[in-house]
Amino acid sequence: MEYLELFFKSIFIDNMVFATFLGMCSYLAVSKKVSTAVGLGAAVIFVMLITVPLNWLLDHYLLQPGALSWLGEEYANYDLSFLSFIMFIATIATMVQLVEIVVEKFSPSLYNSLGIFLPLIAVNCAILGGSLFMQSREIPTLGLATVYGVGSGIGWFLAILAIAAIREKIRYSNVPPALRGLGITFIITGLMAIGFMSFGGMLTGGDKEETKEDKTAQVEVLKNNTEVFANNIKVNK
Amino acid sequence: MGLLSKKDAKLITDPLADNNPITIQVLGICSALAITAELKASIVMALSVMAVLAIGNVVISLMRNIIPSKIRIIVQLVVVAALVIIVDQVLKAYAYELSKTLSVFVGLIITNCIIMGRFEAFALANGPWRSFLDGIGNSAGYGLILIIVGFFRELLGSGTLLGYKVFGDPIEQTGLYAYGYENNGFMLLSPMALIVVGIIIWVQRSRNESLIEEN
Repeated sequence: MEYLELFFKSIFIDNMVFATFLGMCSYLAVSKKVSTAVGLGAAVIFVMLITVPLNWLLDHYLLQPGALSWLGEEYANYDLSFLSFIMFIATIATMVQLVEIVVEKFSPSLYNSLGIFLPLIAVNCAILGGSLFMQSREIPTLGLATVYGVGSGIGWFLAILAIAAIREKIRYSNVPPALRGLGITFIITGLMAIGFMSFGGMLTGGDKEETKEDKTAQVEVLKNNTEVFANNIKVNK
Repeated sequence: MGLLSKKDAKLITDPLADNNPITIQVLGICSALAITAELKASIVMALSVMAVLAIGNVVISLMRNIIPSKIRIIVQLVVVAALVIIVDQVLKAYAYELSKTLSVFVGLIITNCIIMGRFEAFALANGPWRSFLDGIGNSAGYGLILIIVGFFRELLGSGTLLGYKVFGDPIEQTGLYAYGYENNGFMLLSPMALIVVGIIIWVQRSRNESLIEEN
């Protein structure tokens, strides 16, 4: 349940493009055709699937305050969290290179469709943003971090797919000359973001389930109140 | 300008208008939009990017002859990451509240496309002094858009500028609010940043027809 909730939350509510504006550069530059957009989107999902859990491991066993305690007592006081930017970006850059080499070796057809996008991804803010948000939102387990990575990737994929489809159609409409190209894309993205805001209410409904302890506590408060009330009546009599 | 030759001065003035990194080159939009709900945050972000880009450009330009071209992206990332860590630590030390508002977006300066874009396009092919000017110019162009967007969003969204109440107090009903003026809370939400930038692009391209692109 927790997994499913985080998954949908990262796709729709905290959508990388529409809620936090990450990866806008490639989102705007590579969204002229649906086919290239699909290629880049797939590459983003793939890389996020690998880098977010990897950076979670780094964060929990190397960078956080006290994370080094697995090495021994004397290391428990180290706080390396100021190094997280450089560690995360190095992980991402090397993983991207590694993925590129592995994909080229084992699946040339996939390499032909994804290959040209992989180097672009190392500097895509969505990837680093995914890892930094994973860190600042304190996602507790490795499983959840993986789900968060995949979910954010899918959210980004959906966004670039949607804008590419719209841009292919908009070629036939009569846009004011000065807005053509970049301007209208910005405004459409803004409107789409307003649309995506409506997903915000999706997960708030069943947010707070009453636990058993809450209920017993309420019953006790009620009991106390009735006793006080009864005492008051006695006193009044 | 005695210090700068005409060609050098162009490096600074060009990115401010006709070659603006955000509205023309389409670089560095991610961070430009997310943090512009307040003018103060926009100014700090602009200054941080300026520091990172100017120093980074000089460092890359000094190393341009010894970086093997195959691993240049990783070298560039390491240089930027080191500079961003310094900026982040300085912000945490002297402006803690603000660094909380900027949250991960300080870290995201690393992947700000302006920085990689200028390294690739300029610093790898030019000397340190020209690269420095290019860095200042481009980050000033970036900062200009950030400040314009931040100005309108804060003014219309919460009726303040840098925290100073321009239109009077909405709770005590003074100033403009006495006449029934209301803040447009929608301006504070993220989608409006996109639309404001869209309008800036519209205005700029209407004034300069040569910038209009094909559909």
